[in-house]
Amino acid sequence: MTVRSTRRFTAVTALLTAIVLGGTACSSGTDATAGGEGTGETAATSTSLTVWVDAERLDAVQSVVDTYTEQTGVGVELVGKNVDDIKDDFIQQVPTGEGPDITMGAHDWLGELATNGVVAPIELGDTSGNYLDVAVEASTYDGATYMLPYAVENLAMLRNAELVADAPSDYDDMIAKGKDAGLDSPFVVEQGSEGDPYHLYPFQTAFGAPVFGTDETGYNSDDLQLGAPGGEKFADWLGEQGEEGNLNTDIDGDIAKQAFLDGDAAFWLTGPWNVGAAQDAGIDVAIDTIPSPTGEAASPFAGVKGFFVSSQSENQVAANDFLVNFLGSEEAQLALFESGNILPALSAAAETASSDPVIEGFAAVGEEAVPMPAIPEMGAVFQYWGIAEAEIINGSDPSETWQKLVSDVEGAIG
Amino acid sequence: MTQLTQTPDKGGTDTADRPRGQGSSTSGRMLPLLIKILALAVVDALAVYAVLVLIGAKAWVVAGVVVVVTAIVNWIYFSRRALPAKYLAPGVIFLCLFQVFVLVYTGYVAFTNYGTGHNGNKDQAISALSAAALQRVPDSPTFPVSVVTRSEELGLLVTAPGGDALLGTSESALEPVEATFEAGKAVATPGWQTLQFAQILDRTDEVAQLSVPFSDDPNEGALRTPDGSNGYLYISTLHYDEVADTLTDESTGKVYRDTGEGAFTADDGEQLMPGWQVTVGLDNFARAVTDARLAQPLLYVTAWTFGFALLSVATTFALGLFLAIVFNHPAMRGRKLYRALLIIPYAVPSFLSALVWAGMMNESFGFLNQVVFGGAMIPWLSDPWMAKLSVLLVNLWLGFPYMFLVCTGALQAIPDELTEAGTVDGASGWSIFRFIKLPLVLVSVAPLLIASFAFNFNNFNIVYMLTGGGPRDPSAPIPVGHTDLLISMVYKVAFTGQVRDYGLASAYSIIIFVVVAIISVIAFRRTKSLEELN
Repeated sequence: MTVRSTRRFTAVTALLTAIVLGGTACSSGTDATAGGEGTGETAATSTSLTVWVDAERLDAVQSVVDTYTEQTGVGVELVGKNVDDIKDDFIQQVPTGEGPDITMGAHDWLGELATNGVVAPIELGDTSGNYLDVAVEASTYDGATYMLPYAVENLAMLRNAELVADAPSDYDDMIAKGKDAGLDSPFVVEQGSEGDPYHLYPFQTAFGAPVFGTDETGYNSDDLQLGAPGGEKFADWLGEQGEEGNLNTDIDGDIAKQAFLDGDAAFWLTGPWNVGAAQDAGIDVAIDTIPSPTGEAASPFAGVKGFFVSSQSENQVAANDFLVNFLGSEEAQLALFESGNILPALSAAAETASSDPVIEGFAAVGEEAVPMPAIPEMGAVFQYWGIAEAEIINGSDPSETWQKLVSDVEGAIG
Repeated sequence: MTQLTQTPDKGGTDTADRPRGQGSSTSGRMLPLLIKILALAVVDALAVYAVLVLIGAKAWVVAGVVVVVTAIVNWIYFSRRALPAKYLAPGVIFLCLFQVFVLVYTGYVAFTNYGTGHNGNKDQAISALSAAALQRVPDSPTFPVSVVTRSEELGLLVTAPGGDALLGTSESALEPVEATFEAGKAVATPGWQTLQFAQILDRTDEVAQLSVPFSDDPNEGALRTPDGSNGYLYISTLHYDEVADTLTDESTGKVYRDTGEGAFTADDGEQLMPGWQVTVGLDNFARAVTDARLAQPLLYVTAWTFGFALLSVATTFALGLFLAIVFNHPAMRGRKLYRALLIIPYAVPSFLSALVWAGMMNESFGFLNQVVFGGAMIPWLSDPWMAKLSVLLVNLWLGFPYMFLVCTGALQAIPDELTEAGTVDGASGWSIFRFIKLPLVLVSVAPLLIASFAFNFNNFNIVYMLTGGGPRDPSAPIPVGHTDLLISMVYKVAFTGQVRDYGLASAYSIIIFVVVAIISVIAFRRTKSLEELN
């Protein structure tokens, strides 16, 4: 909003100057255009893109976009936004014409953004093959691509290599290895009183019960898979784990973190955002694939970060060029990677970044990851999902609670 | 602002006509006048700027309002008659800006379908739907393109996969032409001027809209270039008919009409999203009270909201009054120190302390259970009744200092003679409190108790930060918990998850406002009878 009014202010000032200076202003304007034709590609243009970015990544993105301005003459004005506000502000401001041309965001916003008509489809063209499959899949909603992906993140199992030297072969092995190391609760995962289905999802997929089925356009909200036979098996397993104390709804993010940092737990199921804290605490962190309780792969959700073009942007061409042709380049993706330390979405950049063992570890787990459904129906699922899991962990009847979850979600989706 | 204009002073012009002796007093009046003119000049300059900006944004109504208000303000302060208005005007303007506008806007939203999927206007919905319906032709190649122009008409110079150059415009389909190539890409053709990137950006709307038919057969699609250098073949599945105001899905033949519900709707009821904002009358209010999924939890949430507000006021007032009496007793030593200590909870932001309390009340790891109760597993926040108690306890901790302050003030305002007279008449300490002090305290505190009730009725912070409304009621069809107040339930219904419903939320908040207003009016009437007691 501020940005736009600044731009308007400039426009008004220019208008007033033009009135005052009269013919002088006009002739100088013509000169500028004529000069522009001569200098070719890097000719000065009045076009400027306004981009909203997560305030914490502002500096990193700034260094990247400066290169774009040098190459094309298109100004890029970055606005740092609190990451919690970006989505709602974008949805509310785009229809009023006050929003940015481009915003940084996460792929699970996609359904909401598309339903509100605030994002424009982009065309990755032949470059779509250059990205990790999960990134392209996540950027697509209802058959159209809306997001230029730049990073992929997913959960993995952090292991304290001083306490447990080798990666466990499966879930039970993990618990056994931890107990052998003399730990009461070898494994922690963030839950909280309302549960945390995101962090339990890898185990759920190991039982063969995804949330929604897929068809050719992506996740299909009519095909609720929660109620599949695997769902109840997973519920039974949750109940057992709650009884044994391996899962505890009193453990929230902070408590889980503290337990791992203090060496009270050898395994911590979490994302790349917590690796730094563990390393800072002097722990020898190893990244393992998520040990499966069944033998089937335990696939976490992949979260893909990227950039969206506003449907009301007056600079569609520049915005598309900036995203697809510039931010989709290996240099730009690597530069963004260095700021956030999460896996780049572009395959070539991802390969380069994987020289870091932590990134490599997460990338290996990420090969099994599935994009979190971006369809708006997920909101309804999340309303009931965690609370049902928390109840089962705390001892309610697994299959009864799970069936109620399925019927609640069906009722809410309508 | 200033009263100077009330005096029959014509400013600096007649200074010279006056006797010298009055020169100093005239310049004394000059200064305020100058300040007034300067202040009005600033106001007017801001208004002129605002009007220019608003005209630029085509916000005619708001621009008109600014002009009218500025004219009235100028008239008020230059007129010699409008003395009361001079004092009222700033207050009224700010009242309108910050109170009336917010209320009117909330009211307006309550009568619309504003929310997820109904976020913008109809034109935006049509363009978003059309953009989303553009599907790239499967397995079609990427065409390197150059945007070319001839007498304002735009065309695309396309390099076919075989290496031939093709040219087409929005009117004529692609046809082979002769062209100059650079690195395998056709960059120029005789008779047409090639646009450089900067020039493409200056005509970005035209370029983005440019759609060149691939051939005379519309089923083969049209070529568009989203970035000015690569072209792709698209086929649109949705067709908008401006005359009939309908959208047709050409792959299925389904027709979607504007049925006045704020979305294109097919005959079978299927709606295309995004839709747009329309006013829906009383629908939101009807839904707020009749929606089967909301009706059942609504009852007990309402009951708990009243219970919470009443108990909060009662407990904080009782504790505050008790402590006020204790620390008001002349025999008490170190009263000032204690009083200062008691204010501490009042000084800590309630957001913060509620979060800290939530941590301390964690069942397995919390400070209370681990340290104070020696490892007991007391379900402070996870048992429905314990959670209710916890909310009340924390709110008591947060709220009593305020009541303590208020009661101390009220007690100190009671003349000592009254107490002495009571003692002389042989009344006991309790009787003096019961029949003299309490009624007098209540007279001055009662309005504050009512305000406190209204505040706690909508005490979103403590519930949201301490329990999040939990523990959840697993039997309820909506995500509502045992400690949810009306306001936090409304928040959950309208703002959590990916489906927002601002219209419904506004309707709820108006209903809550009406409830609180009615209770307050009744309660204030009754406090009048308290005053008559004395």
